Amino acid sequence: MQVDAATVRRIARLARIKVTDEEAKGLEKELSGILDWVRQLDEVDTSGVEPMVRVVAQQMKQRADVVNDGEIADAVVANAPLTEDHFFVVPKVVE
Amino acid sequence: MNDASTANKNLMQGATGPWEIVIGLEVHAQVNSKSKLFSGSSTAFGAEPNSHVSLVDAAMPGMLPVINEECVAQAIRTGLGLKAQINNRSIFDRKNYFYPDLPQGYQISQYKYPIVGEGVIEIDAEGESMTVGIERLHLEQDAGKSIHDQHPDYSYVDLNRSGVALMEIVSKPDMRSAKQAQAYVTKLRTILRYLETCDGDMEKGNLRADVNVSVRKPGDKLGTRCEIKNVNSIRFIGQAIEVEARRQIGIIEDGGKIDQETRLFDPAKGETRAMRSKEEAHDYRYFPDPDLLPLEFTQGYVDGLKAHLPELPDEKKARFIKDFGLSAYDASVLVAEKANADYFEIVAKDRDGKIAANWVINELFGRLNKEGKDIEHSPVSAAQLGGIVGLISSNAISGKIAKDLFEIVWTEGGDPADIVEKRGMKQVTDTGAIEKAVNEIIKANPEKVEQAKLKPSMLGWFVGQVMKQTGGKAAPAAVSDMLKAKLGIE
Repeated sequence: MQVDAATVRRIARLARIKVTDEEAKGLEKELSGILDWVRQLDEVDTSGVEPMVRVVAQQMKQRADVVNDGEIADAVVANAPLTEDHFFVVPKVVE
Repeated sequence: MNDASTANKNLMQGATGPWEIVIGLEVHAQVNSKSKLFSGSSTAFGAEPNSHVSLVDAAMPGMLPVINEECVAQAIRTGLGLKAQINNRSIFDRKNYFYPDLPQGYQISQYKYPIVGEGVIEIDAEGESMTVGIERLHLEQDAGKSIHDQHPDYSYVDLNRSGVALMEIVSKPDMRSAKQAQAYVTKLRTILRYLETCDGDMEKGNLRADVNVSVRKPGDKLGTRCEIKNVNSIRFIGQAIEVEARRQIGIIEDGGKIDQETRLFDPAKGETRAMRSKEEAHDYRYFPDPDLLPLEFTQGYVDGLKAHLPELPDEKKARFIKDFGLSAYDASVLVAEKANADYFEIVAKDRDGKIAANWVINELFGRLNKEGKDIEHSPVSAAQLGGIVGLISSNAISGKIAKDLFEIVWTEGGDPADIVEKRGMKQVTDTGAIEKAVNEIIKANPEKVEQAKLKPSMLGWFVGQVMKQTGGKAAPAAVSDMLKAKLGIE
């Protein structure tokens, strides 16, 4: 499967990763190679087979509706580069 | 669903002829729960910035979501209230996009396999009943809140709302006018409030709508739609639809083409405008969230929830009409808010339902509106108003005295029957007492008696005099009958 330059650019943009033209060339080849390798799975006939979501049969754990977390604003913003009154402060984003 | 007669009425006139507006709605309703969808932090509104935030909500590395069973139950209850298909197996997916108030970089939502499938809502718009189809309801996380007006160069981010459970309720494109869309949201809000699965508070943003609008010539295939994001009042939903439909008709009639895009409604300017990020063609790259197993429950669990559902507005309306003899209109007014319906039922219990409805709707609601009070803070309790209605039905007081009594109870409080007794407000139905007053008035006004024989409309004057004589307490019908007999008026 051939991944072209435009597709690499698009994926990089969606993932917010900055990619130089130089790097993009290499990535075209790399991504194409990965997809080719994964494509071997297409050789298996999976028609009528449910996708497997768990190895062991178990139900999803649920929690009761109680408040038992939060109230740790200091810890929540501790690693942020910029904060004010416990707000995260980020470069302006306006719609 | 929209037959020709209803469709025609809703057409919008353009320069080239009539156009049909096609509307579908995606409503985001905040789930009533104490804690968030996947964490144990509080959902309470108005807290200090980032206080109701756990490390899960802040998307710290290694944190794992665990689903809140009450949010699941609330989504199922809502589905049942919408007479919808409940899916005993559904899947959570990641919807990927970047925004500062979305710390995970994805929203946990449901895509291909939602918890609730197709359902219906019955609405009344402009006197006509119609059914609007529900496409689906799914559970998802709310995002945090960005504040842009605190600093010229920075935005402030508060994650208190991040991770709160939302139900996204998607309608089919069944609506054809702004009025119908407004009736749909109003009815949906009423149902949610009855079920207590969402408080429906639009001012706090707990219920908000994305409105999809397209236009076409009647009979044509669907036109290209635009989505108006986050409209937060029922009035604005109506305005946004009218304005957007006009804009689209204008473009097409000028030979242009509609671009499918996301727009914002600006109520101050009365216009919609394209959002700037539109060049970012949305590509959310949904995939199943590997942190969460499929959401599965038994039919027995659903049946258990169903058994405890409250009476819903449509059922209540039908019962009010049947049991209390109300008109369809009065019944609709009373069931629109559950608190009003509950109040009415106390007033009407074992009493005349029509008189009760009349007093609740006209006297009580009128007075509450005038003073800007809601029914929870009514100075006249349902038991008190019931007492007044009882006194009217048993003919103990006249309608006029009842209004005075209502005023006394409103301002001073007290038991209506006691007040009537102590202040001598009882209607005089004793014919002896009425006759005495009638005789006195006739005796004192011989010349008027002569006039009345020629001019029967004089009767009103006599009734007035007798009422005055008895302090307004005589039963007017009895007074009138007796006067007619004595004056010889037919």
